[in-house]
Amino acid sequence: MRQFLSVVAFTLITIGCFTAYSNYGIPQIEPAPPPKEEKLDLGSMTMDQFVALGERLFNGKGTCTLCHNSLGRAPLLDTLGDVTPGRLGDARYEGEAGNVEEYLIESLVEPSAFVVEGFGKKGTNDTESPMPDVSGGGISLSEAEILAVVAYLQERGGSEVTVEIPTDVGEGDEDEEEEEELEPREAVSDPKLLVSMFMCDACHMIDGEGGDIGPDLSGIGAARDRAYLRRAILDPNADITEGFEPDQMPEDMAEQMYVSELEILVDFLAENK
Amino acid sequence: MNRSRSNKFRQALIVLALAVVTVALAFLVFDQVNAIAAEQDVAAETAATGNYGPAPKLTAADYPTIAGVNSRVAVWIFAQLHLWFAAFVLAVPIFVFIIEAIGMRTRDKRYDDMAYEFIKVSITAYSLTAVLGGLLLFSLIVFYPQLFTYMARIFKGSMFYYALLFFVESAALYIYYYGWHWLQGGFKKWVHLTIGLVLNAAGTTLMLLANAWLTFMMSPAGVDPAGVFNGDAWAAINNFLWNPINIHRFVANIAYGGSIVGAYAAFKFLTAGTQQERAHYDWMGYNANFIAICALLPLPFAGYYLAAEIYAYSQQMGITLMGGIFAWLFIIQAVLIGTLFLSANYYLWCGMGRSDGARRYTKYIKYLAIVLVGAFLVWFTPHTLVLTNEELKSLGGPYHKILGPLGIMPAKNTAVNVMIIFTALSFMFYRRANKTATVSWVNAGNAIQVALYTAGIANIMFLGIYHGYFTNTVYKVAASIPQVLTTLVVIAASITLDSFIYRRSTDVGPVHWGRIPARAQYALFLLAVAFTWLMGLMGYIRSGIRQHWHIVDIMRDTSPDAFTPTLGYAANVVSVAAILFMAMVIFVFWIAQVSTSKTLPAGYWKEG
Repeated sequence: MRQFLSVVAFTLITIGCFTAYSNYGIPQIEPAPPPKEEKLDLGSMTMDQFVALGERLFNGKGTCTLCHNSLGRAPLLDTLGDVTPGRLGDARYEGEAGNVEEYLIESLVEPSAFVVEGFGKKGTNDTESPMPDVSGGGISLSEAEILAVVAYLQERGGSEVTVEIPTDVGEGDEDEEEEEELEPREAVSDPKLLVSMFMCDACHMIDGEGGDIGPDLSGIGAARDRAYLRRAILDPNADITEGFEPDQMPEDMAEQMYVSELEILVDFLAENK
Repeated sequence: MNRSRSNKFRQALIVLALAVVTVALAFLVFDQVNAIAAEQDVAAETAATGNYGPAPKLTAADYPTIAGVNSRVAVWIFAQLHLWFAAFVLAVPIFVFIIEAIGMRTRDKRYDDMAYEFIKVSITAYSLTAVLGGLLLFSLIVFYPQLFTYMARIFKGSMFYYALLFFVESAALYIYYYGWHWLQGGFKKWVHLTIGLVLNAAGTTLMLLANAWLTFMMSPAGVDPAGVFNGDAWAAINNFLWNPINIHRFVANIAYGGSIVGAYAAFKFLTAGTQQERAHYDWMGYNANFIAICALLPLPFAGYYLAAEIYAYSQQMGITLMGGIFAWLFIIQAVLIGTLFLSANYYLWCGMGRSDGARRYTKYIKYLAIVLVGAFLVWFTPHTLVLTNEELKSLGGPYHKILGPLGIMPAKNTAVNVMIIFTALSFMFYRRANKTATVSWVNAGNAIQVALYTAGIANIMFLGIYHGYFTNTVYKVAASIPQVLTTLVVIAASITLDSFIYRRSTDVGPVHWGRIPARAQYALFLLAVAFTWLMGLMGYIRSGIRQHWHIVDIMRDTSPDAFTPTLGYAANVVSVAAILFMAMVIFVFWIAQVSTSKTLPAGYWKEG
């Protein structure tokens, strides 16, 4: 029994030491929270504010500083104004930009158009960049955000800031942000309530009631399976029923629903035979 | 004559049974391949018509909650406990199979007895693995239903066959264990060994399938940017990080299994009542430690390969791993790996007391210890420190002028290679301890060994210093491959040369199994506990580098727990899980001990 207790005590002390070291022996760095869309009030933004926004994105959501820093993982961006003309005339350049602004936008969304010597992916002979397209994947900068980063890079790189603050994309971003800021609502489990909540019957006929802009959904379960119905909500233009126009149904319909609501709606329609 | 016929009949029956099983398995595999192919055809067809939807965009309300339960921590702990046991029960049959084969080859029954005792320990652990796997599955379904549904849509085929493979593994394990004493001698022994092979094949396949699911979450394949599955199940399985994880886990599992069995032997040694038992469990502990060290030596290389592949897959993910918020975790890892190497070496040095000839080598041990501790300290040196302004001013910058480069990869690589080489040297001393070479060229052979180690270490140091201090940052990791190659060449050449030097050697005296201090057994415990905790920590980082993504770039984690915790928080969760695991492991050891105990209650049963 003594040996058993010794082993237990030894195990607990060892684990305790590792735990204590991890808590008190190294600094506790609070990682940044998951990124959120920044509210963009572009209409009232000055160019200085737009450049400042670009800097925030460069250091934060864009995760640019992970590589573009003094450790030499990616090229430094302090002399872009001077080096860009040379790159555009380089035989290795594969893009279509005609000036610094276009080159920077292109570099952000199509990084392999020109890879600075020594910074390509291993084994590609500097033809492929390890940098991701910042408009997609985990970074997902919006069009306005990309322009803000370009404005910041132009200023930082010593070239004239030629970017214009967009006026047409700000509204959308603002709406998106407002939606995000709303308190989460309770998920709805009544399919008929969902139909009226999302105003499906404004365009579709369901059980003899509703509009005729979209196909009649009465008895739709007999003709279409669940996968088709789910796809029709997630991607309304994937299949267009003959006689109806595309782009009539909102593409973000599914994004306004909880996944559970989507499935309830799909079940409801599939069982409507 | 009748007995001989009866034996032949039984053998024929066994052969027949095995043939039936083999044919059935072949059909099953053939059927599976066809089924997968057919499924792929159907899937490709349905994909072409767009039957797979995009990955759902979740909101906080899509994560069910149970009052008082933290979903992420619950899934984290169940997953970690399942993984520890799974690693153990997958690894043990691998080296049991090898030990059984060694026993068959050498006809030394001690190997067979030891292999049996190892597999006995894993039997209870097997049940716990399944129970914890069930808990993990249910907790995933309950707390992350959308993620599970999405994953199941893509991996439905492999998930189904995964469940079926459990039957194969269970059947093979139970026949292997319960048939151990029945299937002894000659042909029967070969049958038994073959069942061991089937057991290992099933277990390894299970691991590969589970690895495919978790690596898909890190490096998704077979899906478009919106997460729409293209129907190619193989593409999803064979994703970019699948094989690097497969290799790393396979090697790590063996090292881990060895360390846990070593802890079992240590426990039995400490509680042994007789000298004979002590000798047996000392021998068992030695072999378990040997297995753990053999797998531990290549493990840093497998880890390095995995990290390089993560970097190759996504530079962002690689930098987050090694240079971003997780960088400090590698300092904790350094402490743990240093602990592993030091405890494994310490056990070897204590074990040299078993041999009277070991005195010839004891004078070198202190130098080995100094080098190992020195290498550990280099590995332990952080690159950047969080400093106050005054500290920054007095240091003259964020890095120490002389010690700063010790924090970067060339120094770390140098340190780990030196540790590996010196551990190999410790083992060589141990192997030599009880032997006297009889070949005429022994002095020349020893001189070559010294030259080999000196040249190897000098080359490793040169590469580390040259790339650590004098080259551009971009090329600093370039030293790693020639350093690894140097280490491997030195170890392989040294073992080969030593086997020639000690061919036809004589023993100094008998090996006194059991003549080892009790504190050496605690080194085996330390090995097991450090390994367990290290696996938990590295499991956290592997999963944590996905940050706020369930499936990287495809399916965002929008739950309240999407944040990346601090290392202290992660360490606390790992510690709670490790304590639970060690409690269960001690229970497994106790059960294994109870199974051999017998009580004869006098007067309880009717006489006659």
